[in-house]
Amino acid sequence: MLRLPPFEFLAPRSLAEAVALLAERGSAAMIVAGGTDLYPNMKRRQFEPAALVSLRSIPELRHVEGTAQTGLTIGSGVTLTQVSQQPLIANAYPALAHAAGAVSTAQLRNMGTIGGNLCVDTRCNYYNQTYHWRKSIGFCMKKGGDVCLVASGSERCWAVFSSDTAPVMVALGASVCLEGPQGKRVIPVEALYRDDGIAYLTKQPDEILTEIRLPPVDGLRTAYWKLRRRGAFDFPILGVAVALKLAEDGTCTAARIVLGAVESSPVEAQAAEALLIGQKLTREVIEAAAQAAARPARPLDNTDMSLSYRKRMAPVYTARALAQAAGLNGDQAA
Amino acid sequence: MKQLITLNVNNETIEVYTAIHKTLLEVLREDLQLTGTKHGCELGECGACTVLVDGEPVLSCLALPIELEGQAILTVEGLAVDGELHPLQQAFADNGAAQCGYCTPGILLTAKALLDHHPHPSRDEIRQALAGNLCRCTGYAKILDAIEAVRVP
Amino acid sequence: MEEFDIIGQPLPKVDAVNKVTGATPFADDLSLPRMLYAKLLGCHHPHARLKAIDTTQATALPGVVAVITGADLPVKYGIIPSSQDETGLAGDKGRFVGDPIAAVAAVDEETAERALELIQVEYEALPAYLSIEEALDQKGEPIHDSGDQGNIHKLVSLEYGDPQAGFSQADYVRDDTFFYQGNTHLPIEQHAALAHYTADSRLTLWSSTQTPHYVHRLLSKALGIPMSRVRIIATPVGGGFGGKCDLFGHEIAAAKLAMITGRPVKITLTREEVFYTHRGRHPVLMWVKTGVRQDGSITAMHFKTFLDGGAHGSYGIASTYYTGALQTVTYKIPAYKFDGLRVFTNKPPCGPKRGHGTPQPRFALEVQLDKIAEALGLSPVDIRRRHLVEENSHTVNHLRITTCALDECLDKVVKASGFREKHRQLAYGRGIGLACGSYLSGAGLPIYWNDLPHTSVQIKLDRGGGVAVYCGQADIGQGSTSVLAYTVAEVLGVGLDHIQLTVADTDLTPIDLGSYSSRVTFMMGNAAIQAAEKLKALLLEAAADMLELPVGALAARGGRIFCVDDERRSVPFEQAVQRAEAQHGALVAMGSYTPPKLAGPFKGSGVGPSPAYSYSACAVEVNVDPQTGEIKVEKIWIAHDCGRAINPLLVEGQIEGGVYMGLGEALMEEQSFRRQQHKSPSMLDYKSPTTLETPEIETLIIERPDPGGPFGAKEAGQGPLLPVPPALANAVYDAVGVRIDEIPITPEKVLKALDLKRQGKAARVGPKGIPNVTFPKPVWVEPHSGAPKLEAE
Repeated sequence: MLRLPPFEFLAPRSLAEAVALLAERGSAAMIVAGGTDLYPNMKRRQFEPAALVSLRSIPELRHVEGTAQTGLTIGSGVTLTQVSQQPLIANAYPALAHAAGAVSTAQLRNMGTIGGNLCVDTRCNYYNQTYHWRKSIGFCMKKGGDVCLVASGSERCWAVFSSDTAPVMVALGASVCLEGPQGKRVIPVEALYRDDGIAYLTKQPDEILTEIRLPPVDGLRTAYWKLRRRGAFDFPILGVAVALKLAEDGTCTAARIVLGAVESSPVEAQAAEALLIGQKLTREVIEAAAQAAARPARPLDNTDMSLSYRKRMAPVYTARALAQAAGLNGDQAA
Repeated sequence: MKQLITLNVNNETIEVYTAIHKTLLEVLREDLQLTGTKHGCELGECGACTVLVDGEPVLSCLALPIELEGQAILTVEGLAVDGELHPLQQAFADNGAAQCGYCTPGILLTAKALLDHHPHPSRDEIRQALAGNLCRCTGYAKILDAIEAVRVP
Repeated sequence: MEEFDIIGQPLPKVDAVNKVTGATPFADDLSLPRMLYAKLLGCHHPHARLKAIDTTQATALPGVVAVITGADLPVKYGIIPSSQDETGLAGDKGRFVGDPIAAVAAVDEETAERALELIQVEYEALPAYLSIEEALDQKGEPIHDSGDQGNIHKLVSLEYGDPQAGFSQADYVRDDTFFYQGNTHLPIEQHAALAHYTADSRLTLWSSTQTPHYVHRLLSKALGIPMSRVRIIATPVGGGFGGKCDLFGHEIAAAKLAMITGRPVKITLTREEVFYTHRGRHPVLMWVKTGVRQDGSITAMHFKTFLDGGAHGSYGIASTYYTGALQTVTYKIPAYKFDGLRVFTNKPPCGPKRGHGTPQPRFALEVQLDKIAEALGLSPVDIRRRHLVEENSHTVNHLRITTCALDECLDKVVKASGFREKHRQLAYGRGIGLACGSYLSGAGLPIYWNDLPHTSVQIKLDRGGGVAVYCGQADIGQGSTSVLAYTVAEVLGVGLDHIQLTVADTDLTPIDLGSYSSRVTFMMGNAAIQAAEKLKALLLEAAADMLELPVGALAARGGRIFCVDDERRSVPFEQAVQRAEAQHGALVAMGSYTPPKLAGPFKGSGVGPSPAYSYSACAVEVNVDPQTGEIKVEKIWIAHDCGRAINPLLVEGQIEGGVYMGLGEALMEEQSFRRQQHKSPSMLDYKSPTTLETPEIETLIIERPDPGGPFGAKEAGQGPLLPVPPALANAVYDAVGVRIDEIPITPEKVLKALDLKRQGKAARVGPKGIPNVTFPKPVWVEPHSGAPKLEAE
């Protein structure tokens, strides 16, 4: 049986207490919410923190407030099941509900939180392996070594950003609230991330992601398409989130296209977005935007399926997501 | 570090003095001798160790007992009441839904949660609900049949 | 009156209630007082000499009770007598990443795990061979010093009849190459064992094994203890599929540690270790050349297989022969040649997985037949249906065919699926494919040569009407224990509540060779009938005395013995038992089964013969997305000839499970390697289908009782897997016009083939060729006189 390494378990009852504990423990402590990402990594000895600070007993993190008109705030401790099923979220931001519902399995969605999914560790099939496996092949720079096994000679880690919900959050224009010893700050979701497989979060280790703020819906049409081998369990090996606004005559007035699981952070396809603005979303326009969206994607061979396949699927999935958001018929939903 | 933890398992209040880093799976099997809960990966990748916590399916291999104090934990041993099999257990037996029987406890609990929330799911909804429980023997067919036999039409 | 009371009824399994209540004691559920926990240290190199292993620090860790290495377990063993190349822990060399090289027993698993990290191993890296090509192009020290030559474990060449003449008489000859990737059983239960060595020098091992008898023999050898002091108890197996048929290092290590410490020792593999234990499907590269006449009848076939065996022999010699054995049992083949080669590679050892060595060639054969049908303008149905083997015949390679309801299987599946209406007529992207298969109802020969029964059943009657049944068979979930109960109850005419079962315990139960080769229902069933008939004769005789009627006037049913013509004249079962016991003493009877001598008169004839063959036909309908290459399987229809369904519920379960497993192999399962180690040793990364990828399966049971089977039964556990991968491949071709001559059929491959098609090239993805190997001069075999003849034109 794979087991957790020993640790001290701290269960603060309030946010203030949690912030204080993290400040006090420094780098010896890690934050845990649902545990669905951290515990497997701890069992494989990617992490052996001396202490865990659990967010589960903090009531302030479990709220869902607001409306489609005013925007929504979601506490970071809200489970993925709730995000996927809450009528308020599902009606106003269907792509977010879909993305949350596409994470792993029902059991894990009951345990895992939206905050945890936004902070989910980057993944690489040279990294998400047991201690014995990694020792045999030689430790990589993300844990214990100094080389990258997927791109030898690389100075940086190429572990893959594997959150389903983050691309949707970026496309929605959401922001996140972080609270730490220095106080509280609110940043756009995209500013939470950095294109580095190791230091993939700009959040400080002693900061807690407390809530997500979604802007008013205001006509936003969204979709999320996820590439994976199976309909359950699997992390995205490509995720495409789109958010569009269409004028009454169908002209696109706002567009965001965000790719997940192609680099170490979500990637916004701004060039493709520009191709949509001011256009009526015909098949041809969508196709051109999809090709442009896929261009910056640089997947490497460190997930399921081949990198060439993932790269090739980027425009296909983008086109399908755009068509779905635009309400064009003909493509099945993911 | 060991600690006294009070758990409610199968409607029984149990005190267990155990290491806090032991998962619910380990505590159930090793401290409480409730070996009906199985394990296939211990990483949240198979569903075999599913139990219900306050009626919701969770993976005991990734849950800490210390966080579950005060919550109702249901394992396969608690499904039958007063010697009477739960209708799902009876249907699994009658329909041949348990072959080797190893994934069965986890699947029974996932199915119970489904039917408790949605008494009349379609076959597709049953598939969706069970997608987090791997089975290698049955091809899932008899499992779906058994759950259909119990659902309220 | 119905013919049977119990046989043919869709009854729950006798152990169903235990399984649905979690009460079934699997190996890892067991514990004994003062029990220690063992862990294994796996080798970190694919191929390395173990120059030194220092266990001092590990031994000194508080809580550690014993540490052993290969030096403690030097005896070589292997499941096949001619492949003795394993030791309990690797001694001289580690042969794959994860190969167990040391074991620790400690007070708990955490301590044992920590101790592993304190073991210092000095390795001398050796050249590693990760593929068939690398193994053949041997640059340095071979993996073993046994085997046929260098890294070649086995070379086989057999020729039956005159293939040259056959090819020259053909109207159409084609050759194709295929590849079937390796995959693994992935039982949800990780292997576990508990060993206990008592002060009276007796060793008991509880283990999750399909083959307690073979474990008994081999463990005795590996430890140097007589079999009489070793007891193996096979615990209920939480999924086997062939993966728990060998003796394994963890079982030997636990036993050795129990002997050293005098305390019970339990070992449970991690999921990663289960991937390394493996013994799964061999990756097989294949070349097949087939000649046919205009009507699709086969005139000759030449089959070459190249097996990537992994680091040990295991069942590999049998696997090699199996890749050439069963091509002949479905369609008439008058001349046949088979060349087979198995190499050692520095990967976890391959072995028997559901269908053992036959799904790979079946895939090649059935896909090639589809290509031939198209070339000749024949329907995929007709090219099969018109040339089926005849019942009560022999094949060119001396296999005896008894019953064969493949005609009915095909007809039913074609009708149910609407194959003729759909094939080549569905919209682009949608397609339907057809294939057939066949499998053994038990291997005709045991793993080690002997003349002894393959199975025995003992029955003891008690005065209260209890029927105690003893048999060494191991239930792996297929329901073999239930079949034992049904069979005895049917013959004795009692309800299942009378039956008490003791199984899979080498101290208590007579030998059964184990749950492999789909042998248990057929063989054990016959032995059980024989034992029960002996007792029934005594009971009828006693009842005849009591009723003052001739024995011939009586029948035993419903818990009593009665006059057939006047059912009011009857004796309750237990009274007849008491009377018989008074007459004869204790009522105990044995039944045994030894298959008829079926092997042909040539070397290599031992693999393939079976007392009966099951048959299946399968249709698969798919939806292929030409933009993504993704395949959605809409539905699968399968008809399976199992002779007689002892319990239709269990037969359906076996068929559905086999179809599912075949589909998993066909679509996604891959035991693949990168940089000399397993790429995906986890349940997340090794993809097995969930409920969402498994389609509805329409199962048609075809019953044509076989005279040799118990109540006419043949197998159902393995055969239904076989037609699924080729039927899927044929369906993909029907859907989008590309040939994927390689398993698994992934979206990447479909897209690549579609690209080639667009470029005007051959729309095919598959192996480009085969290694240049000179096979030895074939053993020439005169075809069996009852085999299909090559008719002169």
